Amino acid sequence: MKKIFYSLCICCCVISATAQSSRYIAAMEENVAPLDSVSSMDSLQILSNNFQRIAEAEKSAWLPYYYAGYCQALIAYMEMDMNKVDGYADQAAIFAAKADSLSPNNSEVLCLKSMVASARIKVDPMTRGMQYGMQSGQDLQKAETLDPANPRVYLLEGEGKFYTPAAYGGGKAAAKPLLQEAVDKYGSFKPKSDIDPRWGEAQATQLLAQCSQ
Amino acid sequence: MILMAAAGVVSGQIRISGKVTDAEHHPLSGVNLAIRDSYDGTTSGTDGTYSFTTTEKGPQVLEASEAGYSTDTFPVNINNMPLSYNPVLVRSYGQLNLVTISAGSFEASDEHRGTVLKPLDIVTTAGANADVISALKTLPGAQQIGESSGLFVRGGTGEETPTFIDGMTVNDPYFSSVPDIAQRGRFSPFLFKGTVFSSGGYSAQYGQGLSGAVILESEDLPKQSSSTLAVSSVGLGLGTDQLSKSKTFSYGGDLNYTNLGPYYGLITQRQAFTTKPVFWNGDVNFRVMTSKTGMLKFYGYGNYSKLGFLQPSLNNPGQQDMFTLDNENVYTNLTYTDLLNEHWKIYLGASYSDNADKIGLGEQSGTGDTLLSLNHVNNRDGLAQGKIMMTRYVGRFSALRFGTEYHDAFNSFGYDQYDTNYVDHYLAAFAETDLYFTTKFMARIGVRTEYSSLLNKWNIAPRISLAYKVADKDQFSVAYGDFYERPDTLFWLNGYDKLGFVRATHYIASFQRVSHDYTFRVEAFYKKYSGLVTTVPDTTNGGSGYAKGIELFWRDRKTFKNIDYWISYSYLDTKRKWVNYPFAAQPNFAATNTLDIVFKKYFPAITSNLGLTYSFASGRPYYDPNLPAADFLSERTIPYNSLGISYDYLANIHGAFTVFVLSISNALNSSQVYGYNYSNDKTRRQAIVPPANRFFFVGMFMSFGVNRTQEVIDNN
Repeated sequence: MKKIFYSLCICCCVISATAQSSRYIAAMEENVAPLDSVSSMDSLQILSNNFQRIAEAEKSAWLPYYYAGYCQALIAYMEMDMNKVDGYADQAAIFAAKADSLSPNNSEVLCLKSMVASARIKVDPMTRGMQYGMQSGQDLQKAETLDPANPRVYLLEGEGKFYTPAAYGGGKAAAKPLLQEAVDKYGSFKPKSDIDPRWGEAQATQLLAQCSQ
Repeated sequence: MILMAAAGVVSGQIRISGKVTDAEHHPLSGVNLAIRDSYDGTTSGTDGTYSFTTTEKGPQVLEASEAGYSTDTFPVNINNMPLSYNPVLVRSYGQLNLVTISAGSFEASDEHRGTVLKPLDIVTTAGANADVISALKTLPGAQQIGESSGLFVRGGTGEETPTFIDGMTVNDPYFSSVPDIAQRGRFSPFLFKGTVFSSGGYSAQYGQGLSGAVILESEDLPKQSSSTLAVSSVGLGLGTDQLSKSKTFSYGGDLNYTNLGPYYGLITQRQAFTTKPVFWNGDVNFRVMTSKTGMLKFYGYGNYSKLGFLQPSLNNPGQQDMFTLDNENVYTNLTYTDLLNEHWKIYLGASYSDNADKIGLGEQSGTGDTLLSLNHVNNRDGLAQGKIMMTRYVGRFSALRFGTEYHDAFNSFGYDQYDTNYVDHYLAAFAETDLYFTTKFMARIGVRTEYSSLLNKWNIAPRISLAYKVADKDQFSVAYGDFYERPDTLFWLNGYDKLGFVRATHYIASFQRVSHDYTFRVEAFYKKYSGLVTTVPDTTNGGSGYAKGIELFWRDRKTFKNIDYWISYSYLDTKRKWVNYPFAAQPNFAATNTLDIVFKKYFPAITSNLGLTYSFASGRPYYDPNLPAADFLSERTIPYNSLGISYDYLANIHGAFTVFVLSISNALNSSQVYGYNYSNDKTRRQAIVPPANRFFFVGMFMSFGVNRTQEVIDNN
């Protein structure tokens, strides 16, 4: 009887543990799926909040923090009221730092950090360009060292060059080889799981096409 | 057991709903509502309302959070009943858009969001030629004075607006004066992360300025090591900033050589230069992060310069007046700040400076080969100073500051074999509080007391500013204060023992609306002078005066794409009785109307900036000694007009960030007359005009950042 009781207990534990993680994966999948299609800041905020709730309930998973930060970074890019950009970038930086502490030396997290730095530039390009441009470049360099196969490194690098005037070392000509490399890497890139980062391929292809125009 | 749990999932969904608002009862959207440590929750809509269901049971904590706001929590016990939760979120510190003192001051800084100017604005203002003071002259309250150095603010002289670096007084902030030619500031604008131009009502931390203050805050540790090279039509400059690997220590320096000889060879000046102006100057700095919050900074500056010229003598037609100047200047500044704990901050500062001017005043025969007379003027001043200030933070926002400073100043005036020396021991103590009644209403109440051993007198100066934010972007400010200054050193020659402090009382009221894209500001002021020094019939503190006016400022970065412009207008009504004035009159350094329009356009396609600065000032008073005394200072010069143009081209040359600069001051060749000098017999006069109508400048500035060089290596 005792044996049965114990084995039932173990069984229960196993079930609840897998139930927990399958619930996590289901919740993540549900929120990762719309990421490619959402286009409004409000929807991004909703997704960000969903990821944040998952992150704070799970506590040890870096992905929900990463995605919450990614949503905030996208909002910061989209926000046109320059008084508000820093607020979103600050929030994205907080999530990125949490993801970083849970998964140190992660190429994807460094890509996110780089996005946050470049999102801040537009508030005041004249004074901020140098500082945050450099910060963004350093993060990408580190991301590349950590995982040379990560296509988002080259996408972000190419994107940065694409929107930087040629006088500062940017321009379409400088962006093209990087975007080409990004597209090539996307071709061979396999995300570690269905909920690991895989965004950016369409964007890379689209920007590359613009470089050739 | 498992069955029971499963049944609960299906049947036990509880609805939680409500509305989120901020402290002012406005609905908040985008707020994250959650049951702590669970996935359950939702996001509030545009009307602040929300609703979600949960399967969690028992004691739980509801949370409402949004970036920039404090998080609200609410413990609940979830059973079978729907729950209602209406959280109120308060803006968190940093996002608060806290009211700050703004009456009388313009700040250029990156650190504080919503400042009127950025440090780069000082460098990119056309016609200013990267001179801090020239750039500040485009702000309301400042006069367009071309014949004397310094900022002439709201009817005050240049002496009435002192300069401070990291809290320390700078005795000689401008290159040594030359008759009828204003000189540049000594310090490069690139040294400073923050510049505050106060045209009145400033903090009790600062003294010895009747009208205003230029408060400069030096850079902290650089973001990365870098070196600079400057080549221009007037000289060469080299500089470097090295940051240690640990990023806790940096050192750097600059060396500049300026020679106006070649330029004067091309562009004829009114004066015939016998010694072409040559300047050698340099600076060194080091900065150490002594702890997470502690910073030690040293800055040292040295200059050697010489020049000499001849100009036709006004008193003896046919002869030439000779002027020569040798200057040696040293300025050093050491400051330390640290947070002692969460309540206390300490500031310590020490500074030593020494300035020696050797001036030759002579007369030559018309042919220039015979020296008829030569007098030597040797002026020297030194200042050793120390300052300590403690800040006690009180509550969330308020602070109390108090401190003391001591100056040991010496001045010596030599005229041929005659020599006069003065030493003044100056002691000051001050206390000031930033008192926040609410996040929208604050007061700064301060008092300063000063003692000068030379005058053997004390003064006590109360200062009060209030600021009230009526809306997110709008605020009203008022300020009142007493400001004291020792009489100009020249007056000390005649009976300093009888003189006391000169005093100005300021009353200021202002309104401003500041957003990221535009700034509007209107300010009215009244300033009352008392104890101004009169020299006729006797040297006494018997003078007095007033200045009142209204000033407007408008800056817009949004309306026109890639265009940033600002407009400053100042109306000034001022009279004073001082020095040899027979009665109170509008002084010769005060124009009634001053207008500045600064325009900057960026052309992204060619990575170029075009800058235009137009300045206008109505005619200034001058006195024709042939007129009766009743007409003292009744004449007016022609109005002042100036259009400065600058063109910057930004390029990347082998990884070095490079700026090419082309600038012309007074591009339209307008005639500018600052006043008139009359001969002793009153029969001849000479207009006081700039040495040349226009000034042309061509330069190239290269910045080599270590990281950029790395980028180039990587790309090859």
